[in-house]
Amino acid sequence: MTDVFTAHHVIEYPGGYTRSVGPVIGRFLTGLRDAKLLAVKLADGRVLVPPTEYDPTTSAEVAAEGDHWIEVGPRGTVQAFTWVAEPRKGKHGLDKPFAFALIRPDGADTALLHAVDCGSADAIQIGSRVAPRWRAERTGSITDIEAFVPLGDGEEPAPAPLHVPADDEQPVTGINVLIKLEYELTAGVATTRYLQGLGEGKIIGGRAPSSDEVYAASRGTDPKSGEPTSIEVEVRDTGVITTFCVVNVPGLSELAPEIPYVSAQILLDGANNTFFGLIRGCAVEDVHMGQRVKAHWADELLPDHTSIQWFEPTGGEDAPYEFYKDYL
Amino acid sequence: MRDVAVVSYTSSNVARDAMHNETEMIVPVLHEAIAQSGIAHDDIGFVCSGSLDYLQGGPFAFVAGLDAVGAWPPVRESHVEMDAAWALYEAWIAIQTGEVDSALIYGFGKSSPGDLHEIMSLQLDPYYLLPLWPSMVDVGALQASAYLDASDRTDRDLAEVAARSQRNAQQNPNALRKGNVTADDLLKQPVTHHPLRDSDIFPITDGSAAIVLAAGDLARKVSKRPAWIRRIEHRIEAHSLGVRDLTQSESTRAAGVAAGVANAKFDVAELHAQFSHEELILAEALGLDPAQTDINPSGGALAANPVMSAGLARIGEVARRISNGAADRGVAHASSGPALQQNMVVVLEGE
Repeated sequence: MTDVFTAHHVIEYPGGYTRSVGPVIGRFLTGLRDAKLLAVKLADGRVLVPPTEYDPTTSAEVAAEGDHWIEVGPRGTVQAFTWVAEPRKGKHGLDKPFAFALIRPDGADTALLHAVDCGSADAIQIGSRVAPRWRAERTGSITDIEAFVPLGDGEEPAPAPLHVPADDEQPVTGINVLIKLEYELTAGVATTRYLQGLGEGKIIGGRAPSSDEVYAASRGTDPKSGEPTSIEVEVRDTGVITTFCVVNVPGLSELAPEIPYVSAQILLDGANNTFFGLIRGCAVEDVHMGQRVKAHWADELLPDHTSIQWFEPTGGEDAPYEFYKDYL
Repeated sequence: MRDVAVVSYTSSNVARDAMHNETEMIVPVLHEAIAQSGIAHDDIGFVCSGSLDYLQGGPFAFVAGLDAVGAWPPVRESHVEMDAAWALYEAWIAIQTGEVDSALIYGFGKSSPGDLHEIMSLQLDPYYLLPLWPSMVDVGALQASAYLDASDRTDRDLAEVAARSQRNAQQNPNALRKGNVTADDLLKQPVTHHPLRDSDIFPITDGSAAIVLAAGDLARKVSKRPAWIRRIEHRIEAHSLGVRDLTQSESTRAAGVAAGVANAKFDVAELHAQFSHEELILAEALGLDPAQTDINPSGGALAANPVMSAGLARIGEVARRISNGAADRGVAHASSGPALQQNMVVVLEGE
């Protein structure tokens, strides 16, 4: 067994992940755009910041309009903190070490979580007085506060840079958050062997010792019994179309640049599961269930899915429905 | 209520499984749990799993786990996107309905492929918290900061917890972080996430765990000493960190009261504490006295934290000690969500 394959994998929402915020959170975020910390007074008199659509204790509705909306802060007191020695690029708003803290703004009974830009871990403690440092460009997001900063005795918070509203500026109704996660995925033993096989022009499957059923491109088990497919078995690159679909959506596959094209499930000779492939080499309307096909291999074989470019009809006699009915 | 017991438990943890995909990783654990249960694979009435698709970075990634179970002829199956302790809860309910007499529960996850601390930011409030990207460790450290400030505990108390975990873990073949260390040893290490040291923070773990539950006479037939689930309760509190009292775990206390934990004697407790301070908060919430109860004899999640099965493993570790006669009565705890937001308490007993 050579080394198991790994793959770099990224989850990313191009342009960011857009969320509707609703009228309550929207009003708080609109307040941030105006460099104000808005809070709501709950039925029991507690002042909740940041506001939610419900009372966190009773679940009673918190209305988006009314005189229970008040301004708190901007000064606040640190209730708890930790130190971030290594900021995360593209995620954290500061590119130097900073603190995360739970900060209770003056006039509020709850705390909000935010960054504190205080230079060093020694410069913050529970009870420290802080105030927001507002961004000049504010969009109506929690990140309109770049960070909180320490406030000396008697020191006035720095005024926020003026936000000049556009003529058509509306209350905030949504936010956009960039999300990017990166992975090094392990293919596993069975998938690695399958991919290596593709690089050698072979389709490698396996079967469990207790069964005669062969699974090509499996995750390493017989999916009926859950037993490991510990016995390697090569299957043929010919087979029968069990079912197919005519694709009229452009741009889904580099191997099928023109629409319409056909994608199909193929019962490979020697296998007991179906295999996904594109069908070319005949008119779309001539593709049918039971049709015999053969893999068209790429000129340059690689240990990945590009080695089998598509399947094409062999012209052989169709398989009867009985032959493949259990694989639909 | 039907009597339901844990009749088998297996687990397997490594720091990084660079050889196997998730399906291959869980096969041996599942098959061993089934074999040890004494119940034929085909006779297991219900299958329920817990996992987190974001660990693999693929939608419905948990479905591949079924390839390890064997789902033909079709099986009764369900899944929770939570720690598998909650899958066990669902299975316990399924057995209570009388529809089935046994269940296989498994949890699995590889934390090593991605950045777990960052992935867990995605469970936070998406409007007020996620845009700031506080990591899982940052959130834990904020709770530690609040707790130490409000209590008479110091970082020495945290180090005592961490050191005991490592010493206990020496007996646990599935533990990753183990050693004959003292609090003084650990206090020499630097604080990395104020007020926590790395030894106060769980190790990154790839792993899985599986449990088989059986009801009444079936449990007595297949197990010499079933670990009976006497009570199982879970409670949740508000999501927003700023509205909660982080210095205690009210949801654990409430679940413990409902499970009859107060003033009861336990030989053993396994608490799903991913950080040192969490164990102290949880033990206080459950009223556990370390002089009377052996807390986290396995080393707990500080010794190995297979995300999505670490809570299930706490139930399994208590059950194992009951079934092998080391304990008569124990309490297991599992947690989900940021800073102990949601908590489950399970009381187990031998006969």
